[in-house]
Amino acid sequence: MRAAHFCESCGKVQPPVPVDYFSFFGLPPKLNLDVATLEKDFYDLSRKLHPDLNASTGSEEQEWSLEQSSMLNDAYRTLKNPLKRTAYLLHLEGVELEEQSKSATEQARATGKIKKQIVPPDLLEEVFELNMQLEELRMNKKTGEDDPALIAEIGKQKQTLETKHEALLQELQTYWKAWDALIDRGQAGSPATSEERAQVRDKMVDVLNRRNYIRNLVRDVNEAMEN
Amino acid sequence: MDRIVGIDLGTTNSLVAFMQGETPVVIPGDDGLNLLPSVVALDANNQPVVGNAARNSLIETPERAVYSIKRLMGRGVEDIQEELKLFPFRLAEDMQAGEVLRITLGEKTFTPPEISALILRQLKRSAERFFGGPVTKAVITVPAYFNDAQRQATKDAGRIAGLEVLRLVNEPTAASLAYGLDKKQNGIVAVYDLGGGTFDISILKLHDGIFEVIATNGDTHLGGDDIDNLLITIALDDIRGDLGLDLRHNAEAVQAIRKAVIDAKIALSSQASVKLDVELPGGKHYQREITREHYEQLIQPVIDRTVGPCKQAMKDAGLKPEQIDEVVLVGGSTRIPKVRALVKELFRREPHTDLNPDEVVALGAAVQANILGGGSEATENMLLLDVTPLSLGIEVAGGVTDKIILRNSTIPASATQFYTTQVDGQTNVAIHVLQGERELATDCRSLARFDLKGIPPMAAGIPRVEVKFLIDANGILHVSAREQRSGKEAEIQVQPSYGLTDEQVEGMILDSFDNAEEDFRRRQLIEARSETATILGALEKGKKSAAWGQLTTDEKKQIAKMEKALAAVNAEEDYPAIRKAIDALNQGTMRLAELMMDTAVSTALKGKTMDETDLGEGPTAPHPMAKAEFE
Repeated sequence: MRAAHFCESCGKVQPPVPVDYFSFFGLPPKLNLDVATLEKDFYDLSRKLHPDLNASTGSEEQEWSLEQSSMLNDAYRTLKNPLKRTAYLLHLEGVELEEQSKSATEQARATGKIKKQIVPPDLLEEVFELNMQLEELRMNKKTGEDDPALIAEIGKQKQTLETKHEALLQELQTYWKAWDALIDRGQAGSPATSEERAQVRDKMVDVLNRRNYIRNLVRDVNEAMEN
Repeated sequence: MDRIVGIDLGTTNSLVAFMQGETPVVIPGDDGLNLLPSVVALDANNQPVVGNAARNSLIETPERAVYSIKRLMGRGVEDIQEELKLFPFRLAEDMQAGEVLRITLGEKTFTPPEISALILRQLKRSAERFFGGPVTKAVITVPAYFNDAQRQATKDAGRIAGLEVLRLVNEPTAASLAYGLDKKQNGIVAVYDLGGGTFDISILKLHDGIFEVIATNGDTHLGGDDIDNLLITIALDDIRGDLGLDLRHNAEAVQAIRKAVIDAKIALSSQASVKLDVELPGGKHYQREITREHYEQLIQPVIDRTVGPCKQAMKDAGLKPEQIDEVVLVGGSTRIPKVRALVKELFRREPHTDLNPDEVVALGAAVQANILGGGSEATENMLLLDVTPLSLGIEVAGGVTDKIILRNSTIPASATQFYTTQVDGQTNVAIHVLQGERELATDCRSLARFDLKGIPPMAAGIPRVEVKFLIDANGILHVSAREQRSGKEAEIQVQPSYGLTDEQVEGMILDSFDNAEEDFRRRQLIEARSETATILGALEKGKKSAAWGQLTTDEKKQIAKMEKALAAVNAEEDYPAIRKAIDALNQGTMRLAELMMDTAVSTALKGKTMDETDLGEGPTAPHPMAKAEFE
């Protein structure tokens, strides 16, 4: 059931009620969703809630309209993107993803702390190899040496990583299915146990962490190749 | 309903428009022209003049005039070092570090918002003359790539000019509204907007009247001005080399050259070559032939700077050129054939140029004004969903920017962050808010420093302060905070890094000599009095004409009575009474006017030409201020 964002009979914007993004759109917390329907709902709700269409109302309603419409935009932005949607669901489940972002890296560098980096076990060997090659490439750049074979080798590695990156998205989607099945079961009257939820959740966290790790690696490669 | 006008506050020209029935129209100035040059000067009495009148002053008294002030809006002194080299901006000598810029005109100094306010006020007057009543609400356009400080400065300018700024709309988006009005179709549209001083690219998705911006990019320091400056530099070098004259510090000569190169630039959009000819101090002439080919080589580096933002916008939108259905050109600089060729190459299609690129932004602002005012049949179902052009971040440990609202997020947008204390009993927390895409805080634009105050004293790490960052539909940031454990609203003290404080703006509003209603009445009165003078003068002439003799004694008596009444009431401050007396006299002299007309016609029929006939002010004389002035 969607929260009452506006009055059904007079169209007036109502004060915002704190809800999660799924509930804002009247959706169950499921990961497979029809983005076309979401977009249509987004447009329909925008026509009711946007400040431009409430500019001639009282100041209180204008305030509500601003808050409601910012929440609508935040919710839409998060839910329409599959990865942001997954991360958000995990956040609702109390899991904050491992900070693999570039700002975390920079921050760690600046403060001298060691950043929490989890190298996915199946990548250990490749990562070690790649880092050695990148180091060599950087040295070459400094000395002005040109090693086409090395560049070709790094390029090949990069491609392998990109393929893996893509494959992980597919893997993630199998867990979406598992998660949604749990939610459906719950709605049918037999809710999932906390262990069942945790199992699927942890798998998703693992996939996302690996994916982020690879993404950062690809970025490092790009930087080393460009500089 | 209040009248809401749409204003394009441009680097080179400014315009005001409104929705007349189903179509947006530009309101001309008192010179009858749609474009008001964004030039401000002080006359000999230190009174501000704006537009074409001020443009002459640029050459005659350059130290009393300023142009392209938009380049300085919302900027700090360290941002504008490049500008200072190329533009004759004279900063106030007593400027302190961290202070809002102040520009010297004659013996006075003005902040950029105050100068912009003078331009806005001129537009406001044009609109008020057009409507015959006060105008207090406006939609103003800004470059899509304007940051928070630049937007705030524009809003301040509106307030100083006595305008409530209901919405700041991004220029390319406004243009798309003007284009979309009669097309009402679905698809992906790219708007390429190269104006006098700024460049924007916006990519929109049009869907049943919803104009959803999906990505925007740009450069707030790129436009026709840069081409002018390039040509000026070349001319100055030439003159120095060929004639041994160093005119770089001769403001009058530089302005004369500037005028000549701008004319040449415009001519080169339609001609294969043009001859520059400028008279220099001492009577010598600087002459030079410029071919289109040479010109295009010269400006290539300038226009190439638009390529990067276009590619980034397409990348952010996740679109390839083939997926863009239409490209729209906006801004005077898109008249340059080389720019059009570049756009065609970038987007692989012929761009649209059906609407006047100088006017389309103002027309779009008028459409948005109409939507805000409750809409009409023409704008029914139209809604603009714009984005924030730059990521919003906060500075975290190590001087790193943590992005909390990413660029191209639909606005309004918000983000919530939690803060705590590091020392027992700490009651303040400082937050540094930044805007930009770079990782390090020093590479981003500092927006403001917020001081969270009044946190209840607790052990370190216990308070939990929820801070909400909200970017409104104008693209302007609002911050609110609450300590969650006590539920207490935390006090926020804002120190804008650039820009005026609320108090300063208030002061400027009070200082301004023309403010809303009161001033409008005063001006109405002045205009009515000048109308009285004209009609009485015309009547004097009428009395000397042959037609006067044809009136009955009674008619003459009536006219004399009304004339006396007008003269009496004219000395007083009562505008409606003067207006009534003028209308009465106009009405009462209708037959006289008709008779004069007949006399004129019969004289003409007798074989005399109209020129030879002494018509005085002619048949229109008793109605000098016909109300249909602008229809």
